[in-house]
Amino acid sequence: MTSTVELPVRKGESGDKAARGPRRRVPGRIRRVGLPYLLLLPALILELLVHLVPMVIGIVMSFKELTQFYIRDWGAAPWAGLDNFRMSVDFDAPVGEALLHSFLVTVGFTLASVGLCWLIGTAAAICMQDTFRGRGLLRALFLVPYALPVYAAVITWVFMFQHDNGLVNHVLHDQLGLTDKPSFWLIGDNSFIALLVVSVWKGWPFAFLIVMAGLQNIPRELYEAAALDGAGMWQQIRRITLPSLGAVNQVLILVLFLWTFNDFNTPYVLFGKSAPEAADLISVHIYQASFVTWNFGTGSAMSVLLLLFLLLVTGVYLAVTSRGRRASRA
Amino acid sequence: MAPPRSFLWTRRVFLTLLAGFVLLPVYVMISSSLKPLADVTGKFRWMPSELTFQPYVDIWSTVPLARYFVNSLIVASAAAVCSVVIAVFSAYAVSRYDFRGKRVFTVTVLSTQMFPGILFLLPLFLIYVNIGNATGIALFGSRGGLILTYLTFSLPFSIWMLIGYFDSVPRDLDEAALVDGCGPLGALFRVVVPAAIPGIVAVTVYAFMTAWGEVLFASVMTNDTTRTLAVGLQGYSTLYDVYWNQIMAASLVVSVPVVAGFLLLQRYLVAGLTAGAVK
Repeated sequence: MTSTVELPVRKGESGDKAARGPRRRVPGRIRRVGLPYLLLLPALILELLVHLVPMVIGIVMSFKELTQFYIRDWGAAPWAGLDNFRMSVDFDAPVGEALLHSFLVTVGFTLASVGLCWLIGTAAAICMQDTFRGRGLLRALFLVPYALPVYAAVITWVFMFQHDNGLVNHVLHDQLGLTDKPSFWLIGDNSFIALLVVSVWKGWPFAFLIVMAGLQNIPRELYEAAALDGAGMWQQIRRITLPSLGAVNQVLILVLFLWTFNDFNTPYVLFGKSAPEAADLISVHIYQASFVTWNFGTGSAMSVLLLLFLLLVTGVYLAVTSRGRRASRA
Repeated sequence: MAPPRSFLWTRRVFLTLLAGFVLLPVYVMISSSLKPLADVTGKFRWMPSELTFQPYVDIWSTVPLARYFVNSLIVASAAAVCSVVIAVFSAYAVSRYDFRGKRVFTVTVLSTQMFPGILFLLPLFLIYVNIGNATGIALFGSRGGLILTYLTFSLPFSIWMLIGYFDSVPRDLDEAALVDGCGPLGALFRVVVPAAIPGIVAVTVYAFMTAWGEVLFASVMTNDTTRTLAVGLQGYSTLYDVYWNQIMAASLVVSVPVVAGFLLLQRYLVAGLTAGAVK
């Protein structure tokens, strides 16, 4: 307590200045200039260590012929020039063809998953806008897929999709008789459906959360005015609720897109190191190209191409949506 | 202004179906964890033929689950605490000061969140192997090395979420502290941090959860002794048998801490998660 009395005196100049101008936030000119950078220093060092340096090295790697023979001393790996990139985008050769296929699968999967997550999340949020009995419980329940560790949740789905002892085949084949014989879900073309179901199950609660928060910002008066004008519930949803969500949706869809597109955990736990062709998502594909066949150079080139694509999509998206520009400036 | 019947009925049907969809795996996880092995290797049954807690006993000896648990606990806590402590300083700087390069910093932090993890995994793997060969420091396969890789995702979102929480603390509070003679760090630790404690706890829990569920780095950067739960659960499938009842029991055991933490703190977590998108 006594120190509060002594402190301004001991601090001398800076204390005087603070006392003279009470609205001034930071006492002292030098500190005002240097202080933010000092505060940022630990984060900057770590960002350098975990983001910047690896990214630079990743780009260098993509220009090297980095096979398993050079992993112990990667500096000795011969330069490959643009060979890794050429190989990655040569769609007539096996490597490029597989990458293109994986890319197209990922795009299709991402669009389907984001669309469904958004649709279910928005519908659920609108249904939960008014209070009713059990609403709090239901809300907590809906957050469970989001809270469960990915591997625990996805491994349960693996069990459910088992050919002989899974719940899905038991219900579809044994109980409902919808299929002639039990289907394979984790290999072949069905694997795309399995992946989509798990991804939507895991991803829609996030859309639900964000849309619910967005709904709280819509003034009640809008609905009351609409009701006075004779608008029914469905009209209110179409004319007030959905348009008011525009800005929220723009950020939400971008985030969902990036997360789904980059998702590694779900396909990896669902299918293991090499995914079936129909569900060969790009991050597992690059992982496999790097760690299973031990060709880091090609894997890095693929990563760089992936990053360029994501930057392009995000840039275009932000340019098209004015809200996005404001969000990134904030 | 009661909603029309058609809406009430649609709502009831939709929410029931959705709750069923959400709960189905949870039900399978719980019920299968209480079944004898014959029940989970044969045709699927909704109810156990006999109720047994044996899987919960066996999970600890089939694989060294306790060790994986401890590894996950250490790695996830360390990653969470490190990133939040460092994020507190930078979020305070961004929230309270104007400086050159502020926009570059925030945009960089935001954009690293959207980069795929695989982008950092390959170079980090190579760096670790080479550091190990050159200096004998085993980053590859060590817990410390894994913690460092987890900062690639936990640091950016900790900074991002804390900026949101600090912005919600009224500036008048720490300005008053500065006028009263506190230094900037005094204002941070005596005023801003205490006022944002719920947010800081929420960010820590969130960072912990994300690290607890991480698979990509864990599957490459760990060895037999440092393996985390994410990779360790694979140990329940052998060449001959897949112990599905034990897998389900272990899944439940590793899920309970994070789900409980999430549901307890959901109010604060959701506030931080949604702040960036909605504001």
